[in-house]
Amino acid sequence: MSGNEVGLLSAAGIIAVVLLFIGFYCILVTRNLIRILIGLEVLSKAITLAIVAVGYATHNVGLSQSLAITVIIIEVFVVAVAAGIVINLYRHHESLDTKNIENLKG
Amino acid sequence: MHWSLDLVLLLVLAGSALWAVMATRLIFSAIGLAFASAVLAVVMFRMASPLAAVIELSVCAGLITAIFISVISLVKHETRGEVEARRGAHLRKYVVLPFLAAILGITLALVTKRQALPQPQALGETDVRNVFWHLRQADLLGQIIMLLVGAFGIVVLFKLRRKT
Repeated sequence: MSGNEVGLLSAAGIIAVVLLFIGFYCILVTRNLIRILIGLEVLSKAITLAIVAVGYATHNVGLSQSLAITVIIIEVFVVAVAAGIVINLYRHHESLDTKNIENLKG
Repeated sequence: MHWSLDLVLLLVLAGSALWAVMATRLIFSAIGLAFASAVLAVVMFRMASPLAAVIELSVCAGLITAIFISVISLVKHETRGEVEARRGAHLRKYVVLPFLAAILGITLALVTKRQALPQPQALGETDVRNVFWHLRQADLLGQIIMLLVGAFGIVVLFKLRRKT
């Protein structure tokens, strides 16, 4: 790896960790179901960035792109199903607050 | 490769993600997330991953934002007064987040400056089509199954109940 690639990998790695922290913080602090989904999205952005940066720095762009595409597809699937669940929960409880769904059976 | 431009793009990415998390109105959060996806697509393009960048831009900045805005419009609309009323409590929750994120970033920068990251070995295959169709066929099958499961999940979730 050249000096530039090592520097870029380090910077991308740091930003990926910062994005992971922001996503986890959002999920832990908020009680709004949509905002939890947004935190989850930020987490997946961090993963995608890390995969692409490592692929670029190690000259494995083919493999890294395929993995990034897989992550994006899983992300879409998760968001679509979670959005459906959020809407159904809202219709049932008239609220997006996670406190209101604590009394679920099971 | 302009190293400083990449650094600026990465900082903008972190800033837009922070905005997406901290915005009081959900619609602004969705817009912030779309902006973060667009910036990430530019970063990916500059890191020699154009195919993944196009998919990130079209799917994450487009489709997922459309899903978020649909969900936000389907739930209860908040008036300006309600948003203003909860702005203080919302900001109190997130006021420490930018400082913590900055401290984490600076600490990691100092640590990685002192000790370089491990360097993984290159596999040599650079064409994403070869990787997808020859090396990672199981992944492709898994993605198709996952998409079908997602479609089935949406159908089940939005199925109209029969009147009894």
